Order: sequence, then structure tokens, then C-alpha cells
Amino acid sequence: MKKIMVGNHAVSWGVMLARAEVVSAYPITPQTTIVEELSVLCADGRLKARFIPVESEHSAMACCIGSSAAGVRTFTATSSQGLALMHEMLHWATGARLPIVMANVNRALGSPFNIWGEQSDSLAQRDTGWLQIYCESNQEVLDTVLQSFKIAERVLLPVMLVLDAFILSHTAEPVDIPDHQLADEFLPPYRPDLRLNSKDPHIFACLAPPEYLMEFRYKIQQSMLQSKEVCRRVDEEFGKAFGRKYGLVEPYRCEGADLILVTAGSVTSTARVAVDALREKGRKVGLAKLRLFRPFPKEELLEITRGADKIAVLDRNFSAGIGGIFAHEIRAAFCNEKSHPPVYSYITGLGGRDTTLQNLNEVIYQTYERPRPEEQSVWVGLRS
Amino acid sequence: MREGYESTELMYSGHLACAGCGATIAMRYALKALGDDTVIVLPACCWSIIGGPFPYAAVKVPLIHTAFETGASTASGVKAGLDMRGDTETTVAAWVGDGGTFDIGIQALSGAAERNDDIIYFCYDNEAYMNTGIQRSSATPWGTWTTTTPSNHPKGQPKKNMMEIMAAHRIPYAATCSVAFPEDMINKIKKAKSTRGTKFIHIFSPCPTGWKAPSSLAVKIARLAVHTKIFPLYEVEGGLRYHVNVNPKSLPVDEYLRLQGRFNHLSDEDIQKIQETVDREWERLLKKALDTI
Repeated sequence: MKKIMVGNHAVSWGVMLARAEVVSAYPITPQTTIVEELSVLCADGRLKARFIPVESEHSAMACCIGSSAAGVRTFTATSSQGLALMHEMLHWATGARLPIVMANVNRALGSPFNIWGEQSDSLAQRDTGWLQIYCESNQEVLDTVLQSFKIAERVLLPVMLVLDAFILSHTAEPVDIPDHQLADEFLPPYRPDLRLNSKDPHIFACLAPPEYLMEFRYKIQQSMLQSKEVCRRVDEEFGKAFGRKYGLVEPYRCEGADLILVTAGSVTSTARVAVDALREKGRKVGLAKLRLFRPFPKEELLEITRGADKIAVLDRNFSAGIGGIFAHEIRAAFCNEKSHPPVYSYITGLGGRDTTLQNLNEVIYQTYERPRPEEQSVWVGLRS
Repeated sequence: MREGYESTELMYSGHLACAGCGATIAMRYALKALGDDTVIVLPACCWSIIGGPFPYAAVKVPLIHTAFETGASTASGVKAGLDMRGDTETTVAAWVGDGGTFDIGIQALSGAAERNDDIIYFCYDNEAYMNTGIQRSSATPWGTWTTTTPSNHPKGQPKKNMMEIMAAHRIPYAATCSVAFPEDMINKIKKAKSTRGTKFIHIFSPCPTGWKAPSSLAVKIARLAVHTKIFPLYEVEGGLRYHVNVNPKSLPVDEYLRLQGRFNHLSDEDIQKIQETVDREWERLLKKALDTI
């Protein structure tokens, strides 16, 4: 069944299809309509879940930690300030090895106050031990919700799926809604062996002294590394069940490309148009869409970009003092490789500013023109 | 103590508490009342340590350790999760210190109480941040020495009235308890266990280490807190109906204060001021209890 729906409702319907059992959330623009739709779905019984309207995002994540530890499929959603407020509990969820799934609608962090799209909120949480998956379309959003639960429950790590404020969250697109029975077959109920259960008492997230903490951390690292293969397999299984798959990094017209753009999120769609137009003109431009960010799909990205002369990374985010975060991560991932293309870094579209076709053409043109990347990220479309 | 309670023992010996720790006595009695069909939610507090470092445990019931300000919110999640698993009978008990209740966790507690989530929220109150080394909290009484309120500049504000705050939420049940009155405590916890909705149990838990008192006097000090009317034992039903459960002997506050080094610096005038405040607060409490009758 196809429905026209905004990205936020695609999240909510994905959660319904996943049969989440506890949803705990606090409203924040632009995430609100996810929660509104979920409360409607819970109220009319289409989603048989307990909806807990908490008094803050910090409590939302704490609540999720409690319900997930009690052994039920658990979901929340937030944005920006809300995600930042959760920060402490994001670490806690990872350490407790709880497969919570969260949707984060990318939004700039204040100050100055801004409610529009920017990836700095989720990328600032990159060290919390959550898997991160960036979505390009509303269809991918819904599908990624189902995939995320399956991945999380296999590796016992939490998963954050990320969609852009307004461009996806509040924009309607046709979305193919998977059959509920097929979704159930793809994602069976979550029934963990270990949970808070008075018949089988265990201590969760206990005090771990120096003699033990490193081993707890090492296990998280091992699981995070293994999760990449799990993400790939779950995407394959999803493809078999529903006829759609996305990969960890998607190459687009990269055959024989001398320059490859790297994007994440909805700007990928604009980049596809830019690449098509330049290919028409005979320029060998390609595109790599970074879907998985944690764990970082280094081998996959290297495989796609190895043959190119240059990589141009588009960051709708920045880390003061270092520049574009995706570019920085790619440089760090590639630095010990014998050969890899130089990484050009561009910052664009902060605080909801539109990244236009013109901006992308400028990025591509500059990358061709400059023999070497600039020392610092180049800011595109700055007002003079 | 009533028959049967003594035999239920859900704490192990060998826990990591200081000698004479009131919070440990409190947990032991609470578990006697709650029984083994209980899940404990434990935010950062003294009990994070007492509970035992991995791979040890000091309690025989399941326990989840969580962040400082999340006792109530995590407990709400656990309760919802258990309900969804079809387990509606297990008691979910948040076990939180005064810092986690009066200060950093009050927002989450207010949220859970407003939603009337079906949990028992225990505050074991040792009147300061003891686990971090005796810093003042909003549960610390006026005039007290702590490591952040030195004796030449002791705490200048009164203890926050947490019971009134909880009563204002109109939760079904709130009660004060003392480790010196185990039967009263167990009765109240039993009552909380059989009541649906948010229950608040405020337990006076002496800390010999932080109060600068001999560990052998912990229970005596707790008993004197009740009999000097400093910490009256009462309950509030539905936020409105007050009952005083133990008739205090109305001993002078000095008998309580002089046993503890944290009050050594107080002058006679200071003690007089404390006496007047205690008497005034007691009259207010009695009036509410009389209004109930």
C-alpha cells in the first residue's frame, strides 16, 4: 500500500510496523509530529504500546533504558537540544547494552536559536556508542526504522536513525507501506534472555571498578565493529523481503569518475541531479551517499572512491576548529591507506539554509580547479 | 516486629556500607516489606557503592543502576516494560538518596508523580551528599556543618519540605519512616505496595560518617529525631489526609543535636532558634492531622 506521508509520519508508521512496546518521548520542533502520530496510533490501538509522555528528553531516554531493560522493544524520537539533553543517557544506554531505537530529526543547536536543519546535533553524539544511519527519503526513513530494530537487537547496541528537519520531516512523499505480516516475519518479537525479572534476578549497569571497566568497553568496541556486517546483512534481508535495499554507502554513477562527491541525508537527492547534469556534459563526476556513519564504513567508501582523483565532502555540520565532520572522519579513516584520493571539505546548508544545485556546482568546480585541498573546510554560500 | 518479617532476608552480608549506615538498615527493612517480587531502580547515590561492585551484589532482587537524576524516570520505564511483558504484579521501587530526590532528580520525580506512574519512590535521607564526601543538599537542615558549609558559615537555609511537595502532587500515598521504627516502616511500605499509583516513602537514614557521630549511635539518633519532633513519623493519603503515626516524647532538640559533630559549632541561640522552628513546624503538622479527623 502506498501512502503520501511526511518523513515524521514515516517514522511513526515504521514504529507501528515494528510493534514497539514502549514509546517515551518529549516534544521538540521538528520532531513533534512523530510523537503526535505515535500517540494517536497508541490511542486507537493500531500500536499496542505504552506511551509515556515524560517531562524532558533526559527522562525520555531514562524511561527507555528502564523499559528496554525490562525486556521490551523501545522507541523514542528527538532533535537538537533534546538530543543534547539526553547526552548523558545515550552513554548509559550503550553501556547497559540496550537495543533502543531513536529517530533524530537533524536540527541546529542554539545559540543563536534556530529550529532548522543541520547535522551537528547527531554528529556531536558520535562518541556515545550509538549506531547512526542517515536517511535520504521518507521511504528510506520508514524502512530504516524496521532495519534499526533488527540491527540493534542483534548486536545489543542502540541505533539512531537520522532525517533532515523539514526537508524530510515535514515534506510529503509517496511511501510504500510494507505489509504488516511481512514486517512481522522480517522483525520477530524482541524476547531477550536477560531482563529485569524477579524470577531470575540480575544486576544491570552495576558499579564496575577499574579491574573490569576496560573489558566492558572492549566488548562494546567489538560489537560495534561486528555491527557493520550485521547492518549489511539486515539490509540484504530487507531487500529480499521488500524489494528495496540501500547499502552502507551507495555509489551513484561512480564508474570511471575522477571526482566523487560524498553526501549524507537529503542533500544526496540534489547531488544526484547535479551529477546527472554534469555526466550529460561529459564530466566524470560520481556520488557516494554515506548512509551508515557509526560504525564508519571505511572499506566500503574506500572501495567506491579508490579510483577517483579527488573526493569532495559536503558537510551540513561543523566542529569549530576542525571544520566539516564527515570530511574529518573520512580523512582519519583513510590516513593509513597507501593511496587514497585527497579529501576536499565543504561546509554548506547550516541552520536550514538551502543547499542549491548552484552551490553543488560551485563545490564541483572548485574541486576540479584546486590542485590540492585547502587546509581548512571551504564554506559555501557565505553572505559577504 | 510482626511474625514472619524477620525471616525474610533479601540482603547479603559483606556489603560496602560504612559501619552504622542508616541507608543499609533502611534497605534491609524495606526488602523485608517488599518481598522478592521486586525490581530496584538505583540512581547514583551511596547505594551505588553499597550495592556491590561487579561481579558482586548486596541484594537478592533484580536491580538496575542508572544516572543520578533518573530514579523516577527509569522506574517509570521499568514499570511500563514489565506491564507490557504481562508482569503487572512486580513492585518497581526507586531507591534514591536525598541529593537525587530533593535536588537533581526532583524534575523526573515530579513528572512520574504527575503521571501517577505505579512505582514506590524511596528517598533515604542522610541530609547531604554523603557519597561524594558530605556536601550540603537541599535536605541539609539549617545550621548544619558540611564540607561545603563550613562551621564558621554553616547552612543558612532550612531543609526543603519534600513531603509537602509530594503531597501537592496529590499522589495516593506518602509517608515518613525512620530506621529506629522498623515496624512502622514495614507497615507503611506494605501499604504502599498494595496501593496503585505513585507512592513516596521518605526514610530518615543517619550517616555516622557524615554526621560525625559514633556508628553505635545511628539508631539512637534516628529515634531522637522522632522524639524531638525534628523528623515526625506521619503519612499523607491522596495529598490531603494527614495521620501522625508515632506520638513523640517532645524531648528538647538539644538532646538530638549534641550527639552529632555536625552541630558542634551551634550556639545556645542557634539551638533555641532550631527548637522554635521545630515546634512551629510540629504545630502546622498537627493542625493538618487534626483537620483530617
